[in-house]
Amino acid sequence: MARLIRRYNDGTRVNHWIVALLFLAAGLSGLALFHPLFWPFTGLFGGGQWTKTLHPFFGVVMVLGFVILFFQVWRDNFWTRNDSAWVRRSSRLLRGREEEMPPVAKYNAGQKGVFWLFAVCLLVLLVTGFLFWVPWFAGAVPIPVRRFAVLLHAFAAFLMVLGVIIHVYAAIWVKGSMRAMTRGTVSPSWARRHHPLWYRDIGADK
Amino acid sequence: MSSLQSLDIAARSATTKPTPQARQHVTEVAKLIDVSSCIGCKACQVACMQWNDLRDEVGVNVGQYDNPSDLTPQSWTVMRYAEVQMKQPDESTRLEWLIRKDGCMHCEDPGCLKACPAPGAIVKYTNGIVDFISEHCIGCGYCVSGCPFDIPRISRTDNRAYKCSLCSDRVAVGLEPACAKVCPTGAIRFGSKEDMLEFGAQRVAELKERGYAQPAVYDPAGVGGTHVVYVLQHGDQPGLYNDLPADPTISPLVALWKGITKPLATAAMIGAAVVGFFHYVKVGPLETDETDDDADDGRPRRRDEDRVRGE
Repeated sequence: MARLIRRYNDGTRVNHWIVALLFLAAGLSGLALFHPLFWPFTGLFGGGQWTKTLHPFFGVVMVLGFVILFFQVWRDNFWTRNDSAWVRRSSRLLRGREEEMPPVAKYNAGQKGVFWLFAVCLLVLLVTGFLFWVPWFAGAVPIPVRRFAVLLHAFAAFLMVLGVIIHVYAAIWVKGSMRAMTRGTVSPSWARRHHPLWYRDIGADK
Repeated sequence: MSSLQSLDIAARSATTKPTPQARQHVTEVAKLIDVSSCIGCKACQVACMQWNDLRDEVGVNVGQYDNPSDLTPQSWTVMRYAEVQMKQPDESTRLEWLIRKDGCMHCEDPGCLKACPAPGAIVKYTNGIVDFISEHCIGCGYCVSGCPFDIPRISRTDNRAYKCSLCSDRVAVGLEPACAKVCPTGAIRFGSKEDMLEFGAQRVAELKERGYAQPAVYDPAGVGGTHVVYVLQHGDQPGLYNDLPADPTISPLVALWKGITKPLATAAMIGAAVVGFFHYVKVGPLETDETDDDADDGRPRRRDEDRVRGE
């Protein structure tokens, strides 16, 4: 393998994995409180009381990390007309026919969609979470508002989990992607194949 | 309060399979609170404190007789005093003092139990009593959101929810609740729900004879009936009694959150992961041919297998 292309610097990668680990913690502790099927996850956090105590702190710190991550990558996530075309043809990609897809810049429309889904869901999770955070904030919130907040919180978390499943699967599916977020580099052929416009823009084709 | 009760459990929070059902002939109990016979002496509050070993902090006077002014983790029952001007048939008004002993209503369909995420932290016994099993409580406050009567209170000391247990420990050994035992006017009675409804109907008839237009037994059907029932002089206006809800139900938001959406969402999340796995098995990964590094035409490569086929 010849030269490697840098895709993520150290700061972005470290921050990404901090957010990812906190998502794992907040997600597992949240799922434990969502459905009895997941109640055994409380054992990972020292029991039900600890799970309930820790979950909101995991969430708040995750959001702080995501805010930094957001500003590290958001410029590359603006939606373009090209992205809409990509979405219309996405079923071909799912059948493995990537060569029939419109050329992609740093992120494809799926990655952008997941990014904005996470941003919106985390905002909703943050705001609604505070509204029924016992014992600190819930007492100041009328009970009907809390009922609405808890429902919205669960719904946003559900969408977020689906988004993460897509995100993680895409990283497993597209070989060479994991390296981008662990080591920070990708091979030229990976960049050329999956992100040709980015490959051109950074001048790697020269 | 404690899981060590010799009472059969009919429903258990965060539990998806039925509880043991073999013993079916348990009599449903009820506490009847006859507001029309209550003199507001607060003996029931004192008895509750004494039996349950509760000692609330001494509060401050808030300009009315309510003391404490609200339910707390240490005050599981509170007398609420309402002074109302009731219009008489001759257009004059009469001051009435409506004193309602507030506390858990022990719903047949308990919203707290439905909302609770901790397995076994809230149970409903076969006799109808809804009890918080405090050692399993995680202090999340979902029961507060679930309750149509705003009853549970979370302790800041131990982060657990508390409310009236209907003295489940006393009832389990054949005693009546402490408040019912101590009530000097017989305004609080305890027995089978059937007997209590029968007694309530008698009281309603007596109140009608005394000139009340619409006395009624308060046993709201929206929560499947309750195991604490009131006799109200003005049964058509429960809101007079410090905002007793006229038709309490579990909020549709809670029903939606804890109803069918929960198993559906769970299935969708697990399903998404399973679909991903089978997609990988069927379609296979998008791989890059790393031997291609020097061919810089900037175009995506055709799939490897297509190329293999073409060779």
